[in-house]
Amino acid sequence: MNVMTPYHSELRVRRDGFTQLLRAEWTKFRTVRGWLIGMAVAMLLIVGLGALTGANSECGIQLGPNSPSLACPAPPTGPGGEWVTDSFYFVRQPLAGNGSITVRVTSLTGLYSTSGGFASDQNPTAGMTPGVQPWSKAGIIVKASTRRGTAYAAMMVTGSHGVRMQWNFTHDVAGLTGKASAASPRWLRLTRSGDTITGYDSADGAHWTRVGVATLVGLPSTAQAGLFAASPGYSVTSRSFGGSSSMGGPTLATAAFDQVGRQGTWPASRWTGEAIQGAFDKALPVSAQGFTQTAGRFTVSGSGDIAPATDSIDVIRHTLAGTFAGLIAVVVIGVMFVTAEYRRGMIRTTFTASPRRGRVLAAKAIVLAAVTFAVGLVATAVTIPLGEHLLHGNGNPIPPVTALTWLQVVAGTAALLAVSAVLGLAVGTLLRRSAGAITAVIVAIVLPYLLAVTPGILPAGVEQWLVRVTPAAAFAVQQSIQHYPQVTQDYTPGNGYFPLAPWAGFAVLCAWAALALTFAVFLLRRRDV
Amino acid sequence: MTAVHAEWTKLRTLPGTGWLLLAAAALTAAVSAIAANSVSCPAGGCQLDPAKVSLTGIYLGQAVVAIVAVTVISGEYSTGMIRLTLAATPRRWRVLAAKAAVVSAVTLATGAVAVLASVLAGGLLLGRHGITAAHGYEALSLGNGPVLRAAAGSVLYLALIALFSVGVAAVVRDSAVAIGVVLALLFLFPILSSVITSPGWHRHLEQLSPMTAGLYIQATTNLRSLPLTPWQGLGVLAAWAAGAMLAGALLLRFRDA
Repeated sequence: MNVMTPYHSELRVRRDGFTQLLRAEWTKFRTVRGWLIGMAVAMLLIVGLGALTGANSECGIQLGPNSPSLACPAPPTGPGGEWVTDSFYFVRQPLAGNGSITVRVTSLTGLYSTSGGFASDQNPTAGMTPGVQPWSKAGIIVKASTRRGTAYAAMMVTGSHGVRMQWNFTHDVAGLTGKASAASPRWLRLTRSGDTITGYDSADGAHWTRVGVATLVGLPSTAQAGLFAASPGYSVTSRSFGGSSSMGGPTLATAAFDQVGRQGTWPASRWTGEAIQGAFDKALPVSAQGFTQTAGRFTVSGSGDIAPATDSIDVIRHTLAGTFAGLIAVVVIGVMFVTAEYRRGMIRTTFTASPRRGRVLAAKAIVLAAVTFAVGLVATAVTIPLGEHLLHGNGNPIPPVTALTWLQVVAGTAALLAVSAVLGLAVGTLLRRSAGAITAVIVAIVLPYLLAVTPGILPAGVEQWLVRVTPAAAFAVQQSIQHYPQVTQDYTPGNGYFPLAPWAGFAVLCAWAALALTFAVFLLRRRDV
Repeated sequence: MTAVHAEWTKLRTLPGTGWLLLAAAALTAAVSAIAANSVSCPAGGCQLDPAKVSLTGIYLGQAVVAIVAVTVISGEYSTGMIRLTLAATPRRWRVLAAKAAVVSAVTLATGAVAVLASVLAGGLLLGRHGITAAHGYEALSLGNGPVLRAAAGSVLYLALIALFSVGVAAVVRDSAVAIGVVLALLFLFPILSSVITSPGWHRHLEQLSPMTAGLYIQATTNLRSLPLTPWQGLGVLAAWAAGAMLAGALLLRFRDA
């Protein structure tokens, strides 16, 4: 008689550990050739489109009709390493060692052009309208040297932001409010002690309030100190559904000073007036600026701005235009990672092997996110230097970014791709149909971004709202330029400025993904497969 | 004709079709109405194109239309139904033509409803915000030539998107990949043209983009600033659709199903 021996697996019986589940999902992922190809395509699209953008974006200036095109000049760099605008009229004397300067400002007026530009180099202010810009500024300044971009600290009155103390381009502290006038003058004082400059303001010259303390590292023992005036470019951006158009031009600010008081080692010589200005600054010609001095009263006229540069394009974000192509590819893979199982009936085997369905989805999400993050990390880390290299070769100046910002963009973009793929996985689980799920996710992420950054499709308010609440908010991680309240600028998504902070925007996408995952787990548990 | 009838029966009896078409119309009208309602313009002071604003929803509606169109082809591949279909109609181009005819017919009908609702809502809401003919804007009525062109053109735009999607689906067969390719081709051109600064390339990308060029048909004001005329723009999308259909037909003819 034959005895049938029942089959026993060689494997030991044990609980389905999460590690086994992860391994099973990883095996599924890496053995589907189409998904590996898809990941490679995503990487190639990100790198390739970045290279395409870099290779076809030229920047050049021609000084004359027949002269060769030169590379666009880079703005000067401030003490913090950022690009700055440093253009103003400076009435100065050298201040040796410690000391202080005090002044009374009795008026700040201005001129601007409603038609944009200026009349002629001989008479630049002809036909201009009286009016002061909100951030027109005049006051006293202590600066390392007359070279653009060097360290400084200044106390100033402004067009409509009251008294401010500003230093090293990015720092801005508010003092007394209200405008300076003959009836209500503003007293300003700067005191140097070593590397430390302290700013004070006063409404009467008797009662002084400390506004701020600036530490200017490496300020030379003899600094340049004195009066200044500057007025940033006037700009009106009219936005409509037909597109946006910008109009504006340089402006002039004129301030009246008296009661100039000096303490410390100052020369007895006269004051020197000088326009600090670069060849491509948005400022009136030197002939429009200047100063007069009569019996202790000074009038200083200046044009330009002392501020961080905010009108440069976000080069890093531009090199990453291919992120969208990569994103579409990884969302397709993310959705297919689950819908393929439904289509082939594999999902029944999966859930028989591992009846706790939520854990299966978690394992899938982890495997998918890890693979996508790695692919995204490599792609962005290659694309940014490649794109910048090509852009630089085409004459585009490359703005300096800190290592932290660079890391934020690279890791943020990789994380953005990973979470988008997981969102695809979750929506794929919910809908079980690949076409619908892919469309839903891509439309939720890419379309709001597209509508927000393309000027002229939607009103500005709707644009801002779209990149706040939709998953497209996560593209804020690609923003490498900063928003400065002390600079008037069209801070819109189209110009590269997102309303949310980088990681706050990313959190919006994560919230959407978490919501979809929770809902997917809930349905997975209730539904038949 | 039998092939068309067969395709119509298949499409009609799929559970999702009706809901998707309803969603396409509803989303188009809803987004259009939201866009029209969010216009804020101080006393006629801004240049805007009322027809374009009131048809903003097409951006979203086209995606839903693409789902329907892609599923008509790739749904058959995923279930194996395609083998039965091709056995019943061995002249394969007829199958594709019948599918294209049915999909464009339902899209035209859906699109007409969606566009009509959008224009009506737009007229009502924009009028409430002072965007009326009395303030010097284009009158938002279908009796006005350019507005009629924008409205009818938007319906045609949706039908061309459907044909384009059918063609792409016939080429790649898998629904996930097909919808990914369609959406990538629609959305990537405008994103790339927004970052490429060379004027020549920027213009060429806009002229080549199926979505950007195709939607020039919605423009009623400031036509001179466009790189193509409205009908030329729609022609670009038609060329994309024709190319995709041709590639799909050839592959269907010479490839095993």
